[in-house]
Amino acid sequence: MGEKALMKGNEAIAEAAIRCGCRHYFGYPITPQTEIAAYMAKRMPKIGGTFLQAESEIAAINMVYGCASTGRRAMTSSSSPGISLKAEGMSYLAGADLPALIVNVQRGGPGLGGIQPSQSDYFFMTRGPGHGDFHIIVLAPATVQEMADLTRLAFELGEKYRMPAMLLADGTMGQMMEPVVLPEDETDPAEVMKGKPWATTGTEMNRPHNIINSLYLKPDELEKTNLSRFERYAQLEKEEARWEDYLMDDAEICVVSTGITARVSKNAIAECRKRGIKVGMVRPITLYPFPKDALAKAAAKVKSFLTVELNMGQMREDVLLATGCTRPVAMCNRVGGMIPSTDEVVAAIEKEAK
Amino acid sequence: MAVVFQKPKSLTDAVLHYCPGCTHGIVHRLVAEAIDDLGIEGRTIGIAPVGCSVMAYDYFACDMIEASHGRAPAVATGVKRSLPDRIVFTYQGDGDLASIGLCETVSCACRGENVTVIFINNAIYGMTGGQMAPTSLIGQVTQTSPYGRDPATQGMPIRICELLAALDAPAYLERVAVNSVAHVRQAKKAIRKAFANQVEGKGFSLVEVVSTCPTNWGLTPEKACQWVDEKMIPFYPLGVYRDKDAEAAKEAAK
Repeated sequence: MGEKALMKGNEAIAEAAIRCGCRHYFGYPITPQTEIAAYMAKRMPKIGGTFLQAESEIAAINMVYGCASTGRRAMTSSSSPGISLKAEGMSYLAGADLPALIVNVQRGGPGLGGIQPSQSDYFFMTRGPGHGDFHIIVLAPATVQEMADLTRLAFELGEKYRMPAMLLADGTMGQMMEPVVLPEDETDPAEVMKGKPWATTGTEMNRPHNIINSLYLKPDELEKTNLSRFERYAQLEKEEARWEDYLMDDAEICVVSTGITARVSKNAIAECRKRGIKVGMVRPITLYPFPKDALAKAAAKVKSFLTVELNMGQMREDVLLATGCTRPVAMCNRVGGMIPSTDEVVAAIEKEAK
Repeated sequence: MAVVFQKPKSLTDAVLHYCPGCTHGIVHRLVAEAIDDLGIEGRTIGIAPVGCSVMAYDYFACDMIEASHGRAPAVATGVKRSLPDRIVFTYQGDGDLASIGLCETVSCACRGENVTVIFINNAIYGMTGGQMAPTSLIGQVTQTSPYGRDPATQGMPIRICELLAALDAPAYLERVAVNSVAHVRQAKKAIRKAFANQVEGKGFSLVEVVSTCPTNWGLTPEKACQWVDEKMIPFYPLGVYRDKDAEAAKEAAK
């Protein structure tokens, strides 16, 4: 086990990425995730890495695209309005089958919105993070520890499935401080470049030239690339869904929540249990792939669901889909940077228990 | 029999898709000759743009990356920061480099990234069928300036070499043409220098090549070459706009 440290969530991501062999960070300042850039600016020059403050979010994601083309573990981070600008780049990364890490520490929107926590990019990230038919892996941490742990998972799954991966945190996760055990094993940055025969590192005149590309002018060829990508997505959906079951054994009401609202929900569940209400929680850790089976399994035994979200009910739709609308799905939500209190969630659970 | 002329090794055997009389073919050849001459094909990575040369990745034999529209200098930056010992070049047209990607161009130049940029200026969007480019001349008729480019509403053409010469960081900026044998010979020298600079770690080098688009200009290839002399070069004067080597040599001679 590595050493225990007290860190901000944003810093935990940055340090974890370095320990995962990431030596290339390209970013642009935006609240509430700038600590990642600041941390990288301090650390990277000391360890032979690159911290580059790009001229724009668009340039940053395209620097990641270029760097990832060489087989490196490359990353960028931003918050909601900046992620809109990265949408083009995410589409090209997906179209060229390049793994890369994108961190989105969400704030309220739309437009310039605010700088307080939000989960309102859920649809954007899980449905259409850019033009074209594609997905990115989406991971939702609920502790500073998970900020670190899921950073490694994002790199590993991205490389396994050759696709971009996102840490989708709400602003609270980025800003809060908690003890975190950092991974001890430091991945060799050169080692992660191995086993990538597709990388454009120079032919050395001993292989045909590699081309990183997403252009297919012949429709039958473009169709083939889409279909084969979706075969990988099917495998990802089958094998990589992750979630936490919390007090689900005897639960009659199932809360579904991620990030900061999952933590508020745990407090509310504890209070409700004291009042004799059999309530548990399924906390999705992967948002794409969504843990459909876990929700379907829950639907077989609970009376109703309650999503607790920092948006207007975006994840609620996934719960309805996963459960085939067989159970009512209520919602307890706040938006614009507001966070539901424990009392608000308790009241919502009690309403379901009646 | 002695071989007196052959295809550069760093061009593939793919048949170019360019229109008759288009000067992309000449510039591709000059880039490939520079790569051959410096013996760097095995460690060169090229970035293709969006525009007529979008499929340049099929023509250059080195490793190639297709960038999104205008972002080639950012992609090149990512590659170069990952592999500083590799030779990285972008090949971009005027819409790509001087319009949608102007921010990436200026910022890459301003950082003095040790990369080579080949900029094709033919004063029009070729691939989409002949729309006004940032470099279209005053009065130039295009699909989106059907009454001729009017400075009052469509602004003035942008001169990239002059613009970038206002920055401190670039190592080398030169504007050349390829509409005559003499111009091609000068262009060859400039492109070679732009690559040699990178090999020697000198920093950002850009060669602007005043080019033709007979198809969208509505001219024969021969007339298009004349149009370059008569219209393009007077607005886009050929020459060296920055050469830190030459400036240092001059300083040393004082």
